[in-house]
Amino acid sequence: MRDVRSILLFGVLVAGAAALLQSGVALTFIMMSLYAVLLAQSWNILGGYGGQLSFGHALFFGVGAYAQAIAQLTWGWNPWLALPFAIAVGVAVGLIVGALTFRSGLRGSYFALVTLAFAEVFRIVAVSVPFTGGGVGLMVPLHASVANLQFGSRRGYVFLLLGFVLAALVFTAWLRHSRFGAYLQAVRDNENAARAIGVDPVRIKLGAIAWSAAFMAAAGACYVQMFQYIDSGIAFGSTISVEALVGVIVGGAGTLWGPVLGAAVLYGLGEATRNMFGEVPGISMVIYGAVLVLIVMFMPRGLTGAGLSVRRMLKGAQPQSAQQPPAQQQDDRKEEARV
Amino acid sequence: MFDPAILFTALLNGLTTGAVYALIALGLTLIYGVLHIINFAHGAALMVALYAVYLLHERLGIDPYVALPFVMAGMFAFGYLLQRSVINRAGHGKDENILLVTLGISIVLENLALVLFHSDTRNIDTPYALATVQIGPAMLALPKLIAFGGALVVAALLFAIMRFTDLGRAIRAVAREKHGAKLMGIDVDKVYAMSFGIGMACVGAAACFLLPAYYVNPQVGGGFVLIAFTIVVLGGMGSFAGALLGGLLIGVVESLGGLWFGDSLGQMGVFAIFIVVLLVRPQGLFGARV
Repeated sequence: MRDVRSILLFGVLVAGAAALLQSGVALTFIMMSLYAVLLAQSWNILGGYGGQLSFGHALFFGVGAYAQAIAQLTWGWNPWLALPFAIAVGVAVGLIVGALTFRSGLRGSYFALVTLAFAEVFRIVAVSVPFTGGGVGLMVPLHASVANLQFGSRRGYVFLLLGFVLAALVFTAWLRHSRFGAYLQAVRDNENAARAIGVDPVRIKLGAIAWSAAFMAAAGACYVQMFQYIDSGIAFGSTISVEALVGVIVGGAGTLWGPVLGAAVLYGLGEATRNMFGEVPGISMVIYGAVLVLIVMFMPRGLTGAGLSVRRMLKGAQPQSAQQPPAQQQDDRKEEARV
Repeated sequence: MFDPAILFTALLNGLTTGAVYALIALGLTLIYGVLHIINFAHGAALMVALYAVYLLHERLGIDPYVALPFVMAGMFAFGYLLQRSVINRAGHGKDENILLVTLGISIVLENLALVLFHSDTRNIDTPYALATVQIGPAMLALPKLIAFGGALVVAALLFAIMRFTDLGRAIRAVAREKHGAKLMGIDVDKVYAMSFGIGMACVGAAACFLLPAYYVNPQVGGGFVLIAFTIVVLGGMGSFAGALLGGLLIGVVESLGGLWFGDSLGQMGVFAIFIVVLLVRPQGLFGARV
């Protein structure tokens, strides 16, 4: 229950800040941070707790965004109605991709590459077919009203995103304490062992990809409502996939608060570089990439993992470095067994 | 249906592009076969090499074909140092970490190029850029023909190194049985770095053959990275002959696909092959072991 309390506290703090702050800059900062956190939390479900590294998570973001835009523009739906539809489409695509890849037993690096290829295929399709607006993209007309899921100020979007972030956090907290979550982590740590004790890895991973895709599609739908525009490069391009993944790795994969911390830190870093160097295209991504390399090299368990081991060291308990050699040995043994 | 002459031209074009693809894929499959890692930064490395060729031509007036040995040597050093200083230290015993670190490297390289050169697409002007050769009913651009021949020569050179030199024997030994090779006194870490360097040198050669008939921009690597992976998966991870045949095949598929469905959908055909092969036959068409 500590998790629930901390999630509530987080929600109250952010909501309070959003209600009290008047400056547009501060609200934009909160909005974009929450958006980055939502991307990261979504990736964390499949990549952090499930151990399935997706390099093409933009796939689910993109289908969510296009579903949201097309339902409004082509079919004239109310955006509030389009939102659950967009999420459902995201889940459906997640289940299809998951069924194809998990059933054929693709793991690790292969899974990463195949998700990337799926995102590329969708990008090319989105450029080539007429109902996505082709290369021009889709523009949602601006009619700011709550009934239209468009808000006059950033504050409304902050609350919308906060709702999804809290839902993702609650789901992640549930993962940590539920049977499904235990199965998922068992599959991540050792798929064969999990299968041996009667866990069906394909079904468990399908559950994880469906939830992950749901939150990603929600983020895509929110993007369309916030910026009233989507094109194939934004929807299925690598930027979104990278943003989702780097936040998690930096903060700590498979933790509740790591992705929140990582995404916020990265967004802050990006803003700081933009302030320092001006609007030079690419500069913030250079920082993202460099941070990713450094974190994987020196803090493979992310900021929260590094924080934990520092705390343990201060307490005089086993430092993290003492825990690593056994894992290394195990890996060597595994390799020998294969030979 | 199309005129046979057009089909023949498309086929030849596909083969010439495919030879360069094969060269890029050879580098990737060598790195995979020896280090058992997937080098996600392969496309970004190609982009770096293309800019190197571009700058050598624009600033110093060096012809891309003259630049070949220098670019190859430079890329070898780049790969050797990158493996020794970054990639080797990032694994912590998990393949996923290598994938993430090479992804990070590719993000840094691509966006550094974006900062330095902006997103403009550039190409170079050589006296032979528009020269053509008549082959049967088809007209083929001279740079493409040189690329075809050159790629095959470099590939043959690589085969020879792997087959007949001590370095090649050491590399094959490490690829087959890391611990055994170590016991025989082979410096495994050095072989890793050499293999990575050679893989990058292949990319450097590919860049020299590509640029006279192609272009460079910061995103250019992205398209190649998936194509190279497709080839490597198709040919069987770690298989040299597979990479060569796979490269030619993918070049032809892309060219003929482009003829029937237009260029962007032709490329989609390549990715579709990638997904289908991974799902149905992950050991590849020619590979026996996974």
